[in-house]
Amino acid sequence: MKKILVLCLLAAVLLSFASLTGCKKDSGTIKIGVAGAHSGDLASYGIPSVKAAELVVEDWNARGGVLGRQIELIIEDDVCKPEVATNTAAKLVGEDVVAVIGHICSGATKAALGIYKDSKIITISPSATNPPLTQSGDYPNFYRTIAPDDAQARMEIDFAVDTLGLKKLAILHDKGDYGKGLAEFAKAMVESDGEAEVVLYEGITVGAVDYSAVINKIKNSGAEAIIFGGYHPEASKLVGQISKKGMDIVFISDDGVKDDTFIKVAGEYAEGVYATGPRDTSTEPLTIAANKAHRDKYGEDPGAFFLNAYAATTVILNAIEKAGSTDYDALTKALQSEYVNTTLGNISFDKKGDAIGVGFSVFQVQNGVYVELQ
Amino acid sequence: MNSTYFIELFLGGLTRGSIYALIALGYTMVYGIIQLINFAHGEIYMIGAFTALIVSGALAFTGLDPVIIFLISAVVAIVFSAAYGVTMEKIAYKPLRKAPRLSALISAIGMSMFLQNYVLLAQTSDFQPFPDLIPDLKFLKPIENIMNTTQFIILATTAVVMVLFTLLIKYTKIGKAMRATAQDKIMAQLVGININKVIMVTFLIGSSTAAIGGILISSHVGQINFYIGFIAGIKAFVAAVLGGIGSVPGAVLGSFVLGLTESFGTGYISSDYEDVFAFGFLIIILIFKPSGILGKPTKKKV
Repeated sequence: MKKILVLCLLAAVLLSFASLTGCKKDSGTIKIGVAGAHSGDLASYGIPSVKAAELVVEDWNARGGVLGRQIELIIEDDVCKPEVATNTAAKLVGEDVVAVIGHICSGATKAALGIYKDSKIITISPSATNPPLTQSGDYPNFYRTIAPDDAQARMEIDFAVDTLGLKKLAILHDKGDYGKGLAEFAKAMVESDGEAEVVLYEGITVGAVDYSAVINKIKNSGAEAIIFGGYHPEASKLVGQISKKGMDIVFISDDGVKDDTFIKVAGEYAEGVYATGPRDTSTEPLTIAANKAHRDKYGEDPGAFFLNAYAATTVILNAIEKAGSTDYDALTKALQSEYVNTTLGNISFDKKGDAIGVGFSVFQVQNGVYVELQ
Repeated sequence: MNSTYFIELFLGGLTRGSIYALIALGYTMVYGIIQLINFAHGEIYMIGAFTALIVSGALAFTGLDPVIIFLISAVVAIVFSAAYGVTMEKIAYKPLRKAPRLSALISAIGMSMFLQNYVLLAQTSDFQPFPDLIPDLKFLKPIENIMNTTQFIILATTAVVMVLFTLLIKYTKIGKAMRATAQDKIMAQLVGININKVIMVTFLIGSSTAAIGGILISSHVGQINFYIGFIAGIKAFVAAVLGGIGSVPGAVLGSFVLGLTESFGTGYISSDYEDVFAFGFLIIILIFKPSGILGKPTKKKV
């Protein structure tokens, strides 16, 4: 008797849930989820995205919303933890969101993505840079408005091999997470492309008194270019000692070197050095407007990934408008075909979900300043 | 394996070894005389480099010949470093001469931190470009690809400093006093040697060689910051221990062994493991000869 009662109660509860969600479906607003770290140690990475989404949505709602409906943001905190992110995702799915802006951290994003994928919800992260998120092809619902971690390595290799036509590369790194990570990506890319050869792959010791042994080794290897993953103090020592040795070799590095301190310290030896760095969009009218809106509302300059999140929100709203519906397939088609003018420039997405037009440029030191190469 | 590559690595190792030797000399001398590991020695080297940078920067506007600027900055840097070294001894070590050795060691570590942070605050935390003051020597042109001018100057200067130093220890009165103090402090005092003066001269010479090292290396590398003394100091300390701390020829030998090990290890195996070779070699030597290559085993009197 008791068991039947319990079952009845359960059924009643389930029914009421069903009716609740049913009600929400008809409430008229288009719901967009915003998920990320909004509290805890990494809150400073997540909160700017919430502010960006709010600013964009306010702007669109003031102009009449999208498809004639108002936009509503559902904001959920994942504290940057994968185990919390799955709950966050389940909650957002329960709220019946059309798309999600987030998550912020790569680990949390990965954990949440499976849930969104099953529910066919488009997810656009402003900050998850882990390469496999897009490249594995596991998450067709995933997009991002930030370049993946290996994009710089891709750019350096393409520049060395395709643009400069070099065949023998020496890849060096400073043994740190950032430098070694880039060097590993670069090495794997050169090997899988098969168009050039890695003649030397070495880690150098940060702060060592000189690098003559490793420079001799580069010379002996017959490399035409050095791809260096690391920061400017080591890079300036390397270029100085290479020039003093009378070697003529192309030096290509990353945004750890694309820093004016490098030019200041390396002086004349910095001339001709190539470095990749984030594309500068601070002069775009949309970017200026977004930064100004943030300052007007919050009285301070925007934080990390603000522009990426601003672009992500703009892109998804634009896709809904272009698709004329909130249907998953229509949205996917719109995201991958339409170019949208955003705070990151004019962007679209490739089939894997990485943004085209977002990311890095190659710069070269010319007459003591970094000049962006076209 | 081609022979040019071998020679390049060998010369690279010698250059590195010379740099270590100039710094290791100060470690080993101080240890020989007062049995103190002067951890602030690397900072004296860094102060020498900074003084040379400031002086040469100021002189750059006078339009003097680079060689003259280099020599003037070197002299000023040596004077400054020697002054710092002697003052440091007076403030941080002399009051502790009768205290347990551990107290003086802690005082040395404190001095090292103090000097680092002092330069950090008084100057800057950024890397500073160091001017290329050493002119190209014409007679090195034919062998430029295996040995450049800076390397040559470093090797030559180290050789000259070592010879002068040996002469000083062997044939001068103060050298004799230093050797006597190193052997037995109380006995030396009894025969009328002024220990305070000997210790002062030791710090003066040690700091001067460190300053010379600082200028040469900074010209070679082209940049300095407040932290360079720490890494160079540690390496030189390892070299001194390797050769047998307290022994002057040992410090030089240890430095060359360390420099060459690093250079050949990098050249023929991998630079990823540069420090592994250096410290691995140290461990092997110390297992078989705990007092270092040329060190004298300490006798315990019962």
